[in-house]
Amino acid sequence: MAATQNDASGSTVQLLSPEGTLQASAAADEFLPFLDRLDDDDYRRFYRDMAVVRRFDIEAANLQRQGQLALWVPSHGQEAAQVGSAYATRPQDHIFPSYREHVVGMIRGLDLVDVLRMLRGVTLGGWVPEEHGNFHLYTLVLASQTLHATGYAMGMQLDGTTATGDPDTDEAVIVYYGDGASSEGEANEALVYAASYQTPQVFFLQNNHWAISVPVTRQSRTPLYLRAAGFGMPSTQIDGNDVLASYAVSAKSLDDARAGKGPAFIEALTYRVGAHTTADDPTKYRTDDELASWVARDPIVRFRTYLQGQGASQQFFDDVEAEAADFAADARRRALTIEGPDTDVIFDHVYAGPHPRIEEQKAWLERYEASFEGGHA
Amino acid sequence: MNDQATASARLPLAKALNAGLRQAMRDDPKVLLMGEDIGPLGGVFRVTEGLHAEFGDKRVFDTPLAEAGIVGTAIGLAMRGYRPVCEIQFDGFVFPAFNQITTQLARQRTRHEGGVTMPVVIRIPYGGHIGSIEHHQESPEAYFAHTPGLRVVSPSNPHDAYWMLQEAIASDDPVIFFEPKSRYWPKGDVNFEEAGAPLHASRVVRPGADVTVVGHGAMVSVLLQAAEIAAGEGIDMEVIDLRSLSPIDYDPLLRSVTKTGRLVVAQEASGFVSVGSEIAATVTERAFYSLEAPVLRVSGFDTPFPPASVETHFLPSPDRVLEAVDRALAY
Repeated sequence: MAATQNDASGSTVQLLSPEGTLQASAAADEFLPFLDRLDDDDYRRFYRDMAVVRRFDIEAANLQRQGQLALWVPSHGQEAAQVGSAYATRPQDHIFPSYREHVVGMIRGLDLVDVLRMLRGVTLGGWVPEEHGNFHLYTLVLASQTLHATGYAMGMQLDGTTATGDPDTDEAVIVYYGDGASSEGEANEALVYAASYQTPQVFFLQNNHWAISVPVTRQSRTPLYLRAAGFGMPSTQIDGNDVLASYAVSAKSLDDARAGKGPAFIEALTYRVGAHTTADDPTKYRTDDELASWVARDPIVRFRTYLQGQGASQQFFDDVEAEAADFAADARRRALTIEGPDTDVIFDHVYAGPHPRIEEQKAWLERYEASFEGGHA
Repeated sequence: MNDQATASARLPLAKALNAGLRQAMRDDPKVLLMGEDIGPLGGVFRVTEGLHAEFGDKRVFDTPLAEAGIVGTAIGLAMRGYRPVCEIQFDGFVFPAFNQITTQLARQRTRHEGGVTMPVVIRIPYGGHIGSIEHHQESPEAYFAHTPGLRVVSPSNPHDAYWMLQEAIASDDPVIFFEPKSRYWPKGDVNFEEAGAPLHASRVVRPGADVTVVGHGAMVSVLLQAAEIAAGEGIDMEVIDLRSLSPIDYDPLLRSVTKTGRLVVAQEASGFVSVGSEIAATVTERAFYSLEAPVLRVSGFDTPFPPASVETHFLPSPDRVLEAVDRALAY
């Protein structure tokens, strides 16, 4: 592959080597102290969440293959980038996902069956963000959410609920997007606005190397994190398959954002091991060798090795495996019972105020469908 | 409700908009103004003049020159509980924001199943008659009227401008607010105490018996001129100011057509798949047996807006309206 400008370099922050050992480096040193915030339970939670969502991901893809979902969007391979950054958020923060950040939602309190509801075609949204850890709805038009996130962060500034010096209440926004979406004009406009207004915001770009079938080398001639400098924004490239790097760099960037130091940009180098969606066939555009090279850098295996080195017991891993299987089975069971909404959903939420055309059409549909009762359907 | 010094005044439409914005900002601290050059400069048409000085940087702010950014960040601000009023500098510059308006702003409430409201107003100076360059004289109303989730309105006179803008800002739904820029400077009476009609009402502005003509924004003054000329020829035209393009208030229109039996729809926009097409179809469906003639449309041609030196041949004039009136009366 000619993807050299998108591969890790000496400036890439990696705390955990692919062999699963903590290591110091010039790039990593300033972030290592953030690991002091974590205890053994946190580490185990990181592992547990990555393993659970990996298993859930497989189950959801199966459900799609069995005709129970319209589509599935796998996150296989990107778990470390997502879990680390999600644990760096505080309860008062707001998260604007793209549409592949399932485990971020889970960590913020979302029932992942709500994600399945959207992909089963019974809702366009699926949850109330304020009731689920401020985890906002998925956005399917790529990069549109980057501007919503920036506007939301501008609102925090206007409210005076950020940069007061109180880390327990100061708010920030983190927005997720990808290497493909980085080419959208709106992603770049969001960076302009964030820099102009110095919003309390972190741009978390997961470079998973493929925008459906188009490699990141077609999106950018330069490592994506270097673009931030052109917007006047500090940026860091991390090994996105290192959950500790993702946590530590996100924690620092979010701390800075909450403290009024302005926006920051993180590029997480990772890999979409699965297909873009279940409608995709990656064997048509990428090589087995490339895939194998990334599978060898699996984020869960790496962290497992680290935890084993730290003395985690086999029982712990067995328990997580059992929990993941139960989680997936429960999601499957409940997914199969999701029922469709009634036709009111077509009309009822389009406008807040009265709207004669919508009201007439709703009444018409009711009359029309009632006309079939007792007759043909 | 307002703290204007007097109960009424004679103001240009642009100043009436300015007064409406000022009043809305005084009434509700969540109202924000954002757009290009709207701060110290007061907007290229000076509609926001003096508001930055009165309300400060946090409530009246210049944005970077990026329209998707204006609307996209307004969506985020609305999610946060603000009521942003966005200025798009000219009609032709709304298109960079088209994605944010149609796939995001218009659908947030639906997508959130009612859990999120989008009280965002997008002000767009629109239309021709000002002799300007490309992308500065257009009438893109139909794109937005076609989009579910948006409300689309257009005042034709200073009084309506003052009130409709405040009602649009008070709406919990997104409102695309088309300002007839060729009518920014003629003065009209503004009654600061009584709105007279709700935001989405159409209104008979000149009663008549022989033929109904309907239009919105700058077209209303063209229709009134045409009616004056026609009166001299013994033709009694009823003129209706549409005011709201989505939803459309059909009752005054249908009552009028029931009386006159004839309808001419006039608009600066290209006629193909236009608001005028929609009105023609709906009135035909609902008032078929009252019609003595087909509903006729007078529109801009189905071409890009031409160089300004020939714009008078493109834009419907009183004579073009009267040509259609004559055809309608000939049935």
